[in-house]
Amino acid sequence: MAALEEEFTLSSVVLSAGPEGLLGVEQSDKTDQFLVTDSGRTVILYKVSDQKPLGSWSVKQGQIITCPAVCNFQTGEYVVVHDNKVLRIWNNEDVNLDKVFKATLSAEVYRILSVQGTEPLVLFKEGAVRGLEALLADPQQKIETVISDEEVIKWTKFFVVFRHPVLIFITEKHGNYFAYVQMFNSRILTKYTLLLGQDENSVIKSFTASVDRKFISLMSLSSDGCIYETLIPIRPADPEKNQSLVKSLLLKAVVSGNARNGVALTALDQDHVAVLGSPLAASKECLSVWNIKFQTLQTSKELPQGTSGQLWYYGEHLFMLHGKSLTVIPYKCEVSSLAGALGKLKHSQDPGTHVVSHFVNWETPQGCGLGFQNSEQSRRILRRRKIEVSLQPEVPPSKQLLSTIMKDSEKHIEVEVRKFLALKQTPDFHTVIGDTVTGLLESLCPDLMEIALKKKDVQLLQLCLQQFPDIPESVTCACLKIFLSIGDDSLQETDVNMESVFDYSINSVHDEKMEEQTEILQNGFNPEEDKCNNCDQELNKKPQDETKESTSCPVVQKRAALLNAILHSAYSETFLLPHLKDIPAQHITLFLKYLYFLYLKCSENATMTLPGIHPPTLNQIMDWICLLLDANFTVVVMMPEAKRLLINLYKLVKSQISVYSELNKIEVSFRELQKLNQEKNNRGLYSIEVLELF
Amino acid sequence: MGEFKVHRVRFFNYVPSGIRCVAYNNQSNRLAVSRTDGTVEIYNLSANYFQEKFFPGHESRATEALCWAEGQRLFSAGLNGEIMEYDLQALNIKYAMDAFGGPIWSMAASPSGSQLLVGCEDGSVKLFQITPDKIQFERNFDRQKSRILSLSWHPSGTHIAAGSIDYISVFDVKSGSAVHKMIVDRQYMGVSKRKCIVWGVAFLSDGTIISVDSAGKVQFWDSATGTLVKSHLIANADVQSIAVADQEDSFVVGTAEGTVFHFQLVPVTSNSSEKQWVRTKPFQHHTHDVRTVAHSPTALISGGTDTHLVFRPLMEKVEVKNYDAALRKITFPHRCLISCSKKRQLLLFQFAHHLELWRLGSTVATGKFLVSGKNGDTLPLSKNADHLLHLKTKGPENIICSCISPCGSWIAYSTVSRFFLYRLNYEHDNISLKRVSKMPAFLRSALQILFSEDSTKLFVASNQGALHIVQLSGGSFKHLHAFQPQSGTVEAMCLLAVSPDGNWLAASGTSAGVHVYNVKQLKLHCTVPAYNFPVTAMAIAPNTNNLVIAHSDQQVFEYSIPDKQYTDWSRTVQKQGFHHLWLQRDTPITHISFHPKRPMHILLHDAYMFCIIDKSLPLPNDKTLLYNPFPPTNESDVIRRRTAHAFKISKIYKPLLFMDLLDERTLVAVERPLDDIIAQLPPPIKKKKFGT
Repeated sequence: MAALEEEFTLSSVVLSAGPEGLLGVEQSDKTDQFLVTDSGRTVILYKVSDQKPLGSWSVKQGQIITCPAVCNFQTGEYVVVHDNKVLRIWNNEDVNLDKVFKATLSAEVYRILSVQGTEPLVLFKEGAVRGLEALLADPQQKIETVISDEEVIKWTKFFVVFRHPVLIFITEKHGNYFAYVQMFNSRILTKYTLLLGQDENSVIKSFTASVDRKFISLMSLSSDGCIYETLIPIRPADPEKNQSLVKSLLLKAVVSGNARNGVALTALDQDHVAVLGSPLAASKECLSVWNIKFQTLQTSKELPQGTSGQLWYYGEHLFMLHGKSLTVIPYKCEVSSLAGALGKLKHSQDPGTHVVSHFVNWETPQGCGLGFQNSEQSRRILRRRKIEVSLQPEVPPSKQLLSTIMKDSEKHIEVEVRKFLALKQTPDFHTVIGDTVTGLLESLCPDLMEIALKKKDVQLLQLCLQQFPDIPESVTCACLKIFLSIGDDSLQETDVNMESVFDYSINSVHDEKMEEQTEILQNGFNPEEDKCNNCDQELNKKPQDETKESTSCPVVQKRAALLNAILHSAYSETFLLPHLKDIPAQHITLFLKYLYFLYLKCSENATMTLPGIHPPTLNQIMDWICLLLDANFTVVVMMPEAKRLLINLYKLVKSQISVYSELNKIEVSFRELQKLNQEKNNRGLYSIEVLELF
Repeated sequence: MGEFKVHRVRFFNYVPSGIRCVAYNNQSNRLAVSRTDGTVEIYNLSANYFQEKFFPGHESRATEALCWAEGQRLFSAGLNGEIMEYDLQALNIKYAMDAFGGPIWSMAASPSGSQLLVGCEDGSVKLFQITPDKIQFERNFDRQKSRILSLSWHPSGTHIAAGSIDYISVFDVKSGSAVHKMIVDRQYMGVSKRKCIVWGVAFLSDGTIISVDSAGKVQFWDSATGTLVKSHLIANADVQSIAVADQEDSFVVGTAEGTVFHFQLVPVTSNSSEKQWVRTKPFQHHTHDVRTVAHSPTALISGGTDTHLVFRPLMEKVEVKNYDAALRKITFPHRCLISCSKKRQLLLFQFAHHLELWRLGSTVATGKFLVSGKNGDTLPLSKNADHLLHLKTKGPENIICSCISPCGSWIAYSTVSRFFLYRLNYEHDNISLKRVSKMPAFLRSALQILFSEDSTKLFVASNQGALHIVQLSGGSFKHLHAFQPQSGTVEAMCLLAVSPDGNWLAASGTSAGVHVYNVKQLKLHCTVPAYNFPVTAMAIAPNTNNLVIAHSDQQVFEYSIPDKQYTDWSRTVQKQGFHHLWLQRDTPITHISFHPKRPMHILLHDAYMFCIIDKSLPLPNDKTLLYNPFPPTNESDVIRRRTAHAFKISKIYKPLLFMDLLDERTLVAVERPLDDIIAQLPPPIKKKKFGT
């Protein structure tokens, strides 16, 4: 459980923080010590556990530090830039910054980035990147311009992935955002355009990023107060092309969008982010920790004196400027264990194991001709395919998608599917989706059904209903609405899977006879004795119509197939009922009629099943009848055209009840028979028997 | 294979006594079990849970406590106020010593094993020093107000916890004074009970005392401060027993509702060093009170009023799939309680305090009918079975063993102190019984009695290790010879077998090999090579004089007595190995017999199957079906011959306590259905199943 501990202030000395707050807080080579650069002239080294400064260095009056001081972890020296171009390097023994090593560079520095295990990088304002050593060898070397005019670097971060330094920086130009990923070893720079989605005029306020094996997960806090996530592949498929990235909503409205104070976001670990800002426009600023997996607020802390809207996180400490002083809030996230409480705790899991994709066996993809024998071979094929792709651009992107899906982890698939859906105008769209969704979960690509609903693509909806085991009830209900309301003529054009429907019209003549017989027999129950005689007679006035009505299918075959998909889908009554109330009454009646028709068809044979390959079961039919009536009874009961149907259903229930009561009566006799049987087996205390051994 | 007429007998009204105490010995991997009738049984868990020894019960000796001390010395104490030590070699009681504190309710051996502590009715806790051959009273602890029902030593041996009525006391062993007195809450679900009995305590090395009581609670106390730390309400009835694992990371409690709960010390969170006791697993293997539990390194052991001894393996502790990995329920003794007179078709049933003699009935169905009768048919009875005799023992001691002679004219049985021999006379339907008086002094107590096939000789294995041969003629008897045990050994002989021609006598002890004696020459003929597992049954085949021995690991050997070596068949079997399903059976073979006309057949049975081994057929390998309950149908003779193997098994009769061949075509099977036993037990605590 994530928790924020009691805060403490680092120094009583008021830092000369400007209106933008501090320049930066950076780690030093000792775990407990941090370099704080204020927005004026001073760099202070703090020891956090002692809550006191160890050293302080200032540049000359008139000079100004433009880039926060960092520690070169390889040498233990500190590096700072003042007046945009002047680089200073010093160590703990130095007292005066004037006397230390100095190098004047030919271009303005945006930031120096340093992480453990690699040499620091210098990022210039024009987007060029240099290693510190290489730069110091020739400080006056020419620095190229990477980004365009008026493009401004907004944020940057430096990672080491598998010992390869990777640099990401975000630029902004006229409200458009671009992400650059620089693989420092291979010197590949990839540019991505960040698509902002529908809300085009939102401004990104803060960025943070975390990295796993294949992706940089870039999280951004927008001016609408929501956190979005963008997955950026570390190794781009095609570095030359300008690629676009889609963002997905991670958390909704964590801070008030139009707060006047700054907001900040930082990723704490895989599942947690810390957000600094006001939850409501009027309220005081808060530091809150959110669990992005469960979308829950874990803890929060009010900061009444206001902050600069800056947040740094190193090790277990969150740094921020609270009022005028630098405040440290230790953050802890202990793994709480249900298993521990239940006493079933096993050894803690190997941290490397969680990356394993949880999908079904991709070696045997359904409905797709790519039969991979083993992973070794598949990798080879994939590589060959890649070459083919580059040679023949006409290979449809859908095939590419399929091949990537077959190999990759959950996150990568998500990215690919999203990308694919963004394109979505391919001729074989449905077949690809069909191949793709097999084995996927709805929650993995929530946009898919949304788009299909919007476009009233019943074919795709049917596919999704058949394949996804986890469709929310609201979506199921929306599908049902479309299936009931869509015109017959527009249905004609679609290519719906008719597997679950059987052509009932073929032996309808024979059926009629059967039904009339059952009317009389009714499992030994005679409806004539019933109190419902009156209504029966009322109905019997038009017996011809009635039989006709009940034996011909009230909906066309294609619609029946669609409705069957609904019947097969999983649901929870509690969540489905409220949505069912939204369906118009005439559609409810139509659906009820269809269900009643199915029931009659069911009861025609002894096994109580429908013909066909994958028909709805009797239980599904009965459950849906009950659900529909429960949700809409008051509406349906007022409708004159539904009256006959309701009476039929009423009779049906009555006859069922009487059948069961008859069965209850028989049960006693059966039990006696069983007892007799047991007595036969129980041979008493003594007997002489024949035994044969085999 | 041929058909048999089977007398299916279910009137053996045997009810095992309830289990009172169990004590597990880690050193020897043995379990001592005491029953409510005072019987003490020793199970060897290493030898496939075989009940290798037993000490007969006594009416006045209700054992309340049982413990191992000084390594492998076994002590018991009971309501007669005596502490007893058992001689595990000679299978008798070494001595009994009055503790002079009234009935003894509890006993515990010190962690070092050198001291013994008993808790008495008068509230005293008495400390005894264990000397090499006896125990010696050392001193009393501060006397308490009421009886001491449970005791536990701190692993360091400096303190003890004593559970009494309504409170737990902590004593300092050095001073003998009570350090703390912790009052147990009488409240039970808001209702104040009259008394709260602390049925069990366990003292852990960190100073925690765990108590179980009659209010259904398991409570954790801090012995340093005398305060209650934690309380678990686990049952609506008494929690009667507790046992802690040696590592102190898990313990087990048993309740009067028949439930056994497992508690484990588990980390509060992953990777944290802070641990807490959590109730992890409930087991319901009993219908009645679980009076006692034990915790072996790999299993939870429980026993109670419903007479089952249950071994529930802890799967996380069991590494290989073997005997230890299976749940095991032992209900019936691993020895034969029934003997049979083939000539007169009589069955002698042995109970704790009496013998019953029954004559089997008959059917009009002749051989002809039998041929036409199908498997499983019940034949019409022309005469029902008769209860001929009910012979009550004199005195409070349980019967150890009994036997009826093959001719049906002699009955012999023995208790711990007396040997009885009776002569039976049959005149039409009347039967008269005459006791043979003046038994010689050496025939005081027998562990096993056997008559020769012609009923002229009686063989008695005495508990001093000697084998006596007695000549029977007319109404008198004459002592012929005594085979004395080899010098230095005192091991008692538990199993006897005599050859049908009366020339050979085989005797087996609990651990050493089988000795074969020549009865004509009255000398030791040979000793069968020793085997790791105890003998469960043996018999000598007619004509060939092959000795067939079954061991507790389910191995069967055939040893030729004249040749003094294993037979070729036995060697073949050992080379090929038994079928894996045969080896996985979990009850020992308790009886072996032979077919007089078919020398290749060996008949044997355990509690769940009856088997005829046909030595002329090939042995089954692990791929063949060992047991086929259905007759081969629509198969040609060729296939049948090809698939036929040596083991012909029937599982129709179970639980099977005895099976023997009466004549060529007739078998007698004695079953004891579990339902019939349960019907005779006191009703269990009623638990609501439905509603609130």
